[in-house]
Amino acid sequence: MAGENPKPIIEIENLKVHFKMREGVVKAVDGVNLSLMPGEVLGVVGESGSGKSVTVRTIMQLLPKIASIADGKVLFNDNGTTTDIAKLAKNSRDMRALRGGKIGMIFQEPMTALSPVHTIGHQVMTPILLHTGLSKREAEQRAKETLDMVRLPRIEEMMRSYPHQLSGGMRQRAMIATALACRPKVLIADEPTTALDVTTEAQILDLLKELKRELGMSIVFITHNFGVVADIADRVSVMYLGNVVETGTTEDIFYDPRHPYTRALLNSIPRLGAEKQPRLNTIPGMIPDPYRLPAGCVFNPRCSAATDQLCRTTYPGITRINDHRMARCHRVAEAVATESIAP
Amino acid sequence: MISYILNRIAWAVPMLFLVSVASFAVIQLPPGDFASAMVAEMRTQGDVVPEGTEERIRHEYGLDRPIYEQYVSWMGKIVLHGDFGTSLGFNQPVSNLIWDRLFLTVSISLASLILTWVIAIPIGVYAAARQYSFLDYFFTIFGFIGRGFPEFLSALILMWFAYSWFGMNVGGLFSPEMQNAPWSLAKVIDLANHLWIPLLVLASSGAAGLIRIVRANMLDELNKPYVETALSQGLTEWSVIWRYPVRVALNPFISTIGWALPALISGDVITSVVLNLPTTGPLLLKALQSQDMYLSGAFILILGAFTIIGTIVSDILLAISDPRIRYR
Ligand SMILES: Nc1ncnc2c1ncn2[C@@H]1O[C@H](COP(=O)(O)OP(=O)(O)O)[C@@H](O)[C@H]1O
Ligand SMILES: [Mg+2]
Repeated sequence: MAGENPKPIIEIENLKVHFKMREGVVKAVDGVNLSLMPGEVLGVVGESGSGKSVTVRTIMQLLPKIASIADGKVLFNDNGTTTDIAKLAKNSRDMRALRGGKIGMIFQEPMTALSPVHTIGHQVMTPILLHTGLSKREAEQRAKETLDMVRLPRIEEMMRSYPHQLSGGMRQRAMIATALACRPKVLIADEPTTALDVTTEAQILDLLKELKRELGMSIVFITHNFGVVADIADRVSVMYLGNVVETGTTEDIFYDPRHPYTRALLNSIPRLGAEKQPRLNTIPGMIPDPYRLPAGCVFNPRCSAATDQLCRTTYPGITRINDHRMARCHRVAEAVATESIAP
Repeated sequence: MISYILNRIAWAVPMLFLVSVASFAVIQLPPGDFASAMVAEMRTQGDVVPEGTEERIRHEYGLDRPIYEQYVSWMGKIVLHGDFGTSLGFNQPVSNLIWDRLFLTVSISLASLILTWVIAIPIGVYAAARQYSFLDYFFTIFGFIGRGFPEFLSALILMWFAYSWFGMNVGGLFSPEMQNAPWSLAKVIDLANHLWIPLLVLASSGAAGLIRIVRANMLDELNKPYVETALSQGLTEWSVIWRYPVRVALNPFISTIGWALPALISGDVITSVVLNLPTTGPLLLKALQSQDMYLSGAFILILGAFTIIGTIVSDILLAISDPRIRYR
């Protein structure tokens, strides 16, 4: 990415997603900005409930019925044309052409995310038959190639197998095959390794990195595990309570975190080689009630740097630190302002 | 798959034997026996019954032989000749009495079962896919009323409607003048005119319950992650629903086909009595009331055999529909 400045393939601008519940409206995603560059892996990290899944599901328009896109854009740039996915009707032909065709998605539970009553072959062929217009025999051939591509053994047998006959890692490979069957431009991976053991997780991460290179696709990779992010992501967006609080290259986020929440998160994970700590650091305070979000910066009740009135009353805007970095924090804004004034 | 089916069939053989023993035990159950009952019957009718008649009858019917011999001869006649013995109440062979009725019962029941599914499955699936919509509430209310309303009452009401509005004579399956006529187009039309009431009564009350179960199963399935996966591949909502969750949600029904058969044969008793249908239900009732043991025994045997056969059929259908069962 050095020097050149290509257009992002996916650009999410000021996205707001609201859930209408009996008890009130939950602003699950409240002004998210994200961009995914061609050929990169964007890691999205954050505690559970921070809105990671909801954010990426809007790219596919796979939100639950009670959810609605209240504001914002989800731009998909492909071959010089730009589509605002947020404006497409959920069940429209255009939206369905993107799903599984241009954008693939894999999920957390490889056991339950595959249909229990259809063979792997059938499930990999479904998107091919839907999007490519290939004949059944050609689709079968393509499905076998795809199974081979995700390094599954004994392809012929695999085509006829049912998910419950496979191990967790093999199921996740089959899941990846269904998502990549049509060679999409973008792969959305919502915690695809969380349910796997560590060895299998490492294998799946390696596979995804190789596939990214082979197919030249971009990946949005969601996880709550910083170790996984360090392994796979080129850039990272950190989410808290429906907001992206900081985005930067993986190195910047790890070695020079600017947002107090990112710092707190990194402090809470034990590191090899760090000085011995009596116990794990945890972030003080509780995640606020989603119906009554705090005024001002949503992190202020738990933030050690939130000392003045500004943090408690005013929602921080986006501060651009440099070309690759941004954060939503009054303290960061002040620091950047002094830096740019100083010689 | 083949070995699974053979396994199921092998399992059925001892079950069928147990059912036949149980049915035979029912025949033997009442105090005294057929012979003494017959003599007592003759006496109450004022006949002069010579000494030794009882023994003669007993010998004639083989009732003085050991129990297991009687069982073997009873079963032997059934298996070899389809001869279920003689009904005391009707004084004619049991097989004359039941096969016609059994055929009618099975046809009516299957027709109403199919009608039930045809009504209930699309409605249940729709109600789940559009939960809390107007039609969902509408069908929920329909379901409650249908469940709470006794079948025989809806049968009576429908008959009254048909009679007073359309001037139809609706008891039974045929008009009196058609009852003994040979089969002809007119007779078939006559049958169809009479058949819709029992079909509607049986199907609508069955559908009312089924809709609720289909809806609940579908709501479970629609929340499963594989539905989202299928959507993420670009399928339309309805093709996802029909291809994936419906198949899984219907499994519980496939496993109840086995129970449906005998329930259909015995369960429509009251409705059949009210509608005056020549099905097996009323006959079984009469047989049990009058201690007509060969008739009751034949029924119990047939019901048991149907349960076992039905269970095998549903096991096999289930294995075809859900691969997880085949490999267990
Ligand atoms: N199906 C749902 N019904 C109601 N609220 C939901 C639903 N899914 C998500 N939310 C709301 O959105 C918030 C973010 O959820 P999610 O994006 O799944 O978080 P995560 O970062 O763990 O993936 C949740 O805290 C919850 O308040
Ligand atoms: Mg999630």
